[in-house]
Amino acid sequence: MDFNLTKAQQMVRNVMKEFTEKEVKPIAAEIDETERFPIETVEKMAKYNMLGIPFPVEYGGAGGDELSYAIAVEELSKACGTTGVICSAHTSLGCWPIYKYGTEEQKQKYLIPLAKGEHLGAFGLTEPNAGTDAAGQQTTAILDGDNYILNGSKIFITNGGQSDTYIIFAMTDKSKGTRGISAFIVEKDFPGFSIGKIEEKMGIRASATAELIFQNCKVPKENLLGKEGEGFKIAMSTLDGGRIGIAAQALGIASGALDETVKYIKERQQFGRSISKFQGLQWMVADMATEIDAARLLVYRAAYNKANNLPYSKEAAMAKLFAAQCAMNVTTKCVQLFGGYGYTKDYPIERMMRDAKITEIYEGTSQVQQMVISAAVLK
Amino acid sequence: MAVKVIELKCIGCGKCVRVCPFDAINMVDKKAKINDKCTACGQCIEACPVDAIEKEENKYRAGGVNVDEYRGVWVFAEQRDKELLNVSIELVGEGRKIADELKVPLTAVLLGKDIDNLAEKLVKYGADEVLYGDHELLDVYTTDGYTSVIYDLIKERKPEIMLIGATNIGRDLGPRISARVHTGLTADCTKLDVDLENRRLMQTRPAFGGNLMATIICPDHRPQMSTVRPGVMEKAKYDEKRQGNIIKFIPELKDSDIRAKVVEVVKGGKAEVQLEDSKIIVSGGRGLGNPEGFKLIEDLAKKLGGVVGASRATVDAGWIEHGHQVGQTGKTVRPSLYIACGISGAIQHLAGMQESKVIVAINKDKDAPIFKIADYGIIGDVYEILPLLIESLDNVDDIVEALNRG
Amino acid sequence: MNIIVCIKQVPDTNEVRIDPVRGTLIREGVPSIINPDDRNALEEALKIKDKMENVKVIVLSMGPPQADVALRETLAMGADEAILLSDRAFAGSDTWATSTALAAGIKKIGDYSIIFCGRQAIDGDTAQVGPQIAEHLNLPQITYVEELKIEGDKVIAKRALEDGHFVVESKMPVLLTAIKELNEPRYPSIKGIYNAYSSDNVKVLSAKDVEADFDNLGLNGSPTQVNKSFTPPGRSGEGEILQGSGREAVESLVLRLKEKHLI
Repeated sequence: MDFNLTKAQQMVRNVMKEFTEKEVKPIAAEIDETERFPIETVEKMAKYNMLGIPFPVEYGGAGGDELSYAIAVEELSKACGTTGVICSAHTSLGCWPIYKYGTEEQKQKYLIPLAKGEHLGAFGLTEPNAGTDAAGQQTTAILDGDNYILNGSKIFITNGGQSDTYIIFAMTDKSKGTRGISAFIVEKDFPGFSIGKIEEKMGIRASATAELIFQNCKVPKENLLGKEGEGFKIAMSTLDGGRIGIAAQALGIASGALDETVKYIKERQQFGRSISKFQGLQWMVADMATEIDAARLLVYRAAYNKANNLPYSKEAAMAKLFAAQCAMNVTTKCVQLFGGYGYTKDYPIERMMRDAKITEIYEGTSQVQQMVISAAVLK
Repeated sequence: MAVKVIELKCIGCGKCVRVCPFDAINMVDKKAKINDKCTACGQCIEACPVDAIEKEENKYRAGGVNVDEYRGVWVFAEQRDKELLNVSIELVGEGRKIADELKVPLTAVLLGKDIDNLAEKLVKYGADEVLYGDHELLDVYTTDGYTSVIYDLIKERKPEIMLIGATNIGRDLGPRISARVHTGLTADCTKLDVDLENRRLMQTRPAFGGNLMATIICPDHRPQMSTVRPGVMEKAKYDEKRQGNIIKFIPELKDSDIRAKVVEVVKGGKAEVQLEDSKIIVSGGRGLGNPEGFKLIEDLAKKLGGVVGASRATVDAGWIEHGHQVGQTGKTVRPSLYIACGISGAIQHLAGMQESKVIVAINKDKDAPIFKIADYGIIGDVYEILPLLIESLDNVDDIVEALNRG
Repeated sequence: MNIIVCIKQVPDTNEVRIDPVRGTLIREGVPSIINPDDRNALEEALKIKDKMENVKVIVLSMGPPQADVALRETLAMGADEAILLSDRAFAGSDTWATSTALAAGIKKIGDYSIIFCGRQAIDGDTAQVGPQIAEHLNLPQITYVEELKIEGDKVIAKRALEDGHFVVESKMPVLLTAIKELNEPRYPSIKGIYNAYSSDNVKVLSAKDVEADFDNLGLNGSPTQVNKSFTPPGRSGEGEILQGSGREAVESLVLRLKEKHLI
């Protein structure tokens, strides 16, 4: 068993660290405060192939692997959960389904600009009445000549309104239930497609979270992703991979919070000495560091499995379940260690706690992860 | 290899591994092994408790000369705009001491155009002899022009020591001359001593980002060349009555000898901070938290009639211009009063300011290394302490009176 | 046109700490990096490559085999080729011997218009190797370059002075040394990293391979030698920590400074 990263992965980590320190961290508080989507960071990430890490070079990617992608999301999220999820949603949810299920023409037309980062991608599955129960899709797609006509709406779509390309799920045959769902590649300028409400959120506030509205939206037939009726399968397998990205985001938030806290408690003086000298606090630090490391091993294993074509559905669910809990747990404790200052915006720690919460919710709540894991264990 | 482990003596304690700054020692089968990263710095030799590490002296060095043919101490008197730089006068001061110890004359090398008055000045400051090369093409410094003239002088007159100011120009000229002459050059020296027995110049300089000091020798090549940090050595004293010999010559130089030509000289642009000459310096460090913190530093500096200094971290972060930087890669200062605000005291910073007469440190971390060298320390947040200090300076007398009465 | 960029892998001296008890350097966990000024030199070479046709950027370094990672990083940033001079014969080199070895490597490459170095390395701060290479190769040099233009067969550089700058012009081939003000170095790209590790474009050459003059290499070829090294003597202040509230501490300070006639 080898716990060492390859030399390339180590260098990816170093570069992501430096990039995060210089480009991401300085604006993290500002974009959170103003809910401003950091388009300049997206452009910089594109320049350095950070938006297509696991895809082959011939499809516009960096020619890297799933583990270096997870490391990238982890490092970005250490300073800014928003930037982490922009990269994660784009890569795992926007690009990957086309890479996995797209035709050669679709890859040429859509994947290349996405993986190069010239276009941003998003994934539209969730509806007001179809969250965890994704099978309850209300959006419909009716074939009419050379086009599918989409009607309905999607909510809580990450990168919504900022993306150029959307993977949209809709019912092509209601009678077949989940087997009646199909996936489509929808461009932002297709007639009948518009952006509705932009959510105001508790955390990851600079990430765009939007409602997508389809009113007789015309989607060319060739933009059907996979076959008719394969949508549910595509959605579920995409989310399996997406969970690795979100688990890496959660890991990054936890890890970044602990780094900030260690720095702080070494400096902070009470009762005439650094508060890091108090054993009760030391025990908390030990528990947090252990939990973070355990999360890291789970995340890296899931990424490793995916990169090496090993089963990863259960592993990704475990990684996300554990890393998200870890993020919430660690950031809550970190705010505690910062005391009153931790509750203020003078320090990044309250933002990290707000950002952490979403990792227990999106791309499958913790309860969904438990369902996935238990189904695999009890089968 | 220059540094050798005597295996029989080595007890495998690992002390050498821990002290080696270059990661050049590994433990193999409980014996120290020296690898290619070794720079022969000698840290391990001192650390070894059983004298199992020793330095091998080299018998033969390429390009070595008969050192007895070389006598005399030279300093390069850099001028810009027909004015001597301060460092030139510092070099005359330092060169004087070395020349006296070695009982040889001190020579200043001065290149330029129509600067006879500077040659006179150098004598008054203490040079026994001034080699003054007067030429149009030497008015403004060029690497090619200056190197060729000084190289010819060295070949002809064979000095044993040559000191050059470690300015942006001195550090261009020094290495070029040393390579042409084939001799050693020690950069950025902060201390020079003489080993009289061997007539060796012991050149001490900070290395490894100021974390280490090294004394360098140049045993077999001449002249022994050093560049010397501006602001470190004491200036020579001007003495109107001093006499000396000015040798003015016109070097043979053609326009085509100068390959890299200076086509324009621009003064200023960035307002040079007069850190070295200032009596009071107020410096800010990473503890300020953000670039705006320097406004507070500036307010205090203004109030005290001093100037603003900065740590490397703040310069690297782009909070303030490089001209303000104090330390190993910035300026070396020795003011009467140095107030360090939010500076933890990394060794490379200390290297540039520990000669200050009185050091005051303000930092919220009581374990910050800066407190170890400070005369007075206040443990507290700079944003609380500095405004109070600025305010107090307005009523110093009241405070002094009140405290003395109490 | 070939541009040769000389780089050095150095320990990040910013991260070095002193063990307060032993007074020795704490080396553990100090990362190795590409020397910062060298990154500026490489960036400028890459910018020229971005702007002009037929520019090849070759990176040259001397160091132990571990310097491989620094060279891979330069490839990931966009350099075309990298050469590592690695040989026990180089061990213990001072700047003279280092510049001799690098000059031999450059001669081996042969065809070049610009040699680009960083001004100085953070582990030595000598700023000597660049000019000494130029001397060995009999090239004109412009050091402390903060702005650069190429016009025909000439370079026009702004070279920094403490109190202004010179504008210096030289024909190529020329040796330049870069300072931090010259540019903002790019990051290695992720694609570049994977490329750098998948192809074998770091060539390792020995002293013999570059036909270096052995008499002038390594410790024996170094005119200077380290006589001794030591950790800088700590200055010890009176170390008085002024007690009390912020205001009280400030007032005691004012009193003491007044007594010493500093204010």
